[in-house]
Amino acid sequence: MKQQEKEILFQIRDLRTWFPITKGSFKKVVGHVKAVDGVSLDVYRGETLGVVGESGCGKSTLGKSIMMLEKPTGGQSLFRYGNDFKDVTKFSREEMFQFRCKVQMVFQDPYSALNPQKKIYTSFEEPLIVHGIKSQQEREELMSRALRMVNIQPDYLMRYPHEFSGGQRQRLCIARALEVMPEVLVCDEPVSALDVSIQAQVLNLMKDIQKELRLTYIFIAHDLSVVQYMSDRIAVMYLGKVVELADSRALYDDPMHPYTRALLSAIPVPDIHNPKKRQVLEGEVPSPIRKPTGCAFHNRCPHCTERCKTEDPPLRAKAGDETHLVACHLYDAAVSS
Amino acid sequence: MENQVTGIKERNKSASASLLKKNIRKFLNNRLAMVGLVVIIVMVAACVAGALMGVDYNTPDLSNMKAGPSGEHLFGTDTIGRDLFARVLYGGCYSILIGVLCAVLSNVIGAALGAVAGYFGGKVDKLLVRVSEIFQAFPQLVLVMMIVAIMNQRGLGNLLFIFVITGWMTTFRMVRNEYLSLKNETYVKVCEAFGMSNRRIMFGQILPNVMSPIIVSTTTNVAFFILQEAALSFIGLGVADSTPTWGNILNAAKSVAVVTNQWWIWVFPGLAITLFVLAINFFGDGLRDVLDAKQQ
Repeated sequence: MKQQEKEILFQIRDLRTWFPITKGSFKKVVGHVKAVDGVSLDVYRGETLGVVGESGCGKSTLGKSIMMLEKPTGGQSLFRYGNDFKDVTKFSREEMFQFRCKVQMVFQDPYSALNPQKKIYTSFEEPLIVHGIKSQQEREELMSRALRMVNIQPDYLMRYPHEFSGGQRQRLCIARALEVMPEVLVCDEPVSALDVSIQAQVLNLMKDIQKELRLTYIFIAHDLSVVQYMSDRIAVMYLGKVVELADSRALYDDPMHPYTRALLSAIPVPDIHNPKKRQVLEGEVPSPIRKPTGCAFHNRCPHCTERCKTEDPPLRAKAGDETHLVACHLYDAAVSS
Repeated sequence: MENQVTGIKERNKSASASLLKKNIRKFLNNRLAMVGLVVIIVMVAACVAGALMGVDYNTPDLSNMKAGPSGEHLFGTDTIGRDLFARVLYGGCYSILIGVLCAVLSNVIGAALGAVAGYFGGKVDKLLVRVSEIFQAFPQLVLVMMIVAIMNQRGLGNLLFIFVITGWMTTFRMVRNEYLSLKNETYVKVCEAFGMSNRRIMFGQILPNVMSPIIVSTTTNVAFFILQEAALSFIGLGVADSTPTWGNILNAAKSVAVVTNQWWIWVFPGLAITLFVLAINFFGDGLRDVLDAKQQ
């Protein structure tokens, strides 16, 4: 019910980003790294969608594909313009340029995200110049507005990046992304390069900013507690696919996919009297070049059946809860029986 | 409040110049580099002043051929009685001009091509690397002879042309490597995310980070090209005889008789070349120390 009141901002449909592997001097394509392999998601306005998964599961590539920094190989990424949706993957140069103001990105490494040879002022001013804000006064107003949101004095702008700490730099990066007044902020592990005390500060700041500007976050992280803290909904990725997508509360209380369960059981519990049984997965993550047939998770799954080895389960809603989607044959059987 | 919003730049003018000041101070403290700079300035000033005053470098003093250094002829006279001091001054202008022009031009070409190759990668990169290898394989001497034969004359233009087309590859490779690594830096991705054009990212964002090695290699290339010019002129393939350059003056010292009996004919131009090249190398080393951002 609640979902219907919300406005869909992004509709990602079967998005695939494959990187070709070439061999020999004639660049024969011998295979693909299927970093993102058929992801379908809806992103609602004003929410925070968390994306979690192990290293190499395609979270960052998904973020970059949404930003169109990596051109997707296939699928659609529909973005709302008024009452219409437009496919971002088919944008012309000009449309793409406008799209850049709507969707911005905060990157993982704040230490290299600011050009070391340029003053912060220049790094902040250039995007505004590119986007056609001609008067310097206007630019400075936008810059100070963004800086006030991240609690950094405008006077600091005349410094060089090396004069700032990691947390300050990440705040500067957030401010720079906010300058062009985007609707969506794709955050690619924005706090994983910071130490824990600073993480909390930056996360709280991001929450405050979200409230103030009604921003939509796509929050990519591998830290489950951070994602839980930030997100309204969470998508769990495994080998380039979304295996479970649910409200944050529902996912943590009632994880359905065996992979999600294993992932959640890895969160340490600070209670010696209530030791949680850790579910350890066997084996390694298969290579995204040669994925297993059927369900990509079947070779590590404790509940693997014959069907899992041949048939890839689609992402479908759990019985009785439209918002909880899971891609697993286990629940299929439950529905049909 | 209004005052605070406007003019962030205005209010912080003094702070903005601090890095430059710091660098200048650092350079001033590097004694060897300062000596180099002073020698360069003095020599350039002397040569330019000499040329501007119109010292007579071309009229033979027939009564004073092969005369040693004296009050009248400071560096003595050459085999046909021309004043060597005037010739060294005048020749300095040409030699330094050739060195500087070739270094700047070849570095501009090398940097531009290197930026394109490194930033775009792929086929463009492959092609440019191959082209640079082809140019690398050309023997410079044969090329010079070919051009002299084709143009049927020797001149400044020939030399410039040859030096530039055979001299851009080192810079090209250096800049290309820098771009290959720098294009993966996050700030480049940020600029892409803001929709900046390739040209803006290549030259506005990445180039400032590659500038210091380019500047350093330009200065050392000046020395290199001056030596090259001297070598080519010495064997008589450089600039026409009528134009004095340091190498051309040395040309007169090809005969053993001159080398053994008239030391001043080859010592003074030789000294000029050595001193200038050394000074430039010291200066370049100093610049490298100051500009290398990684040391800051």
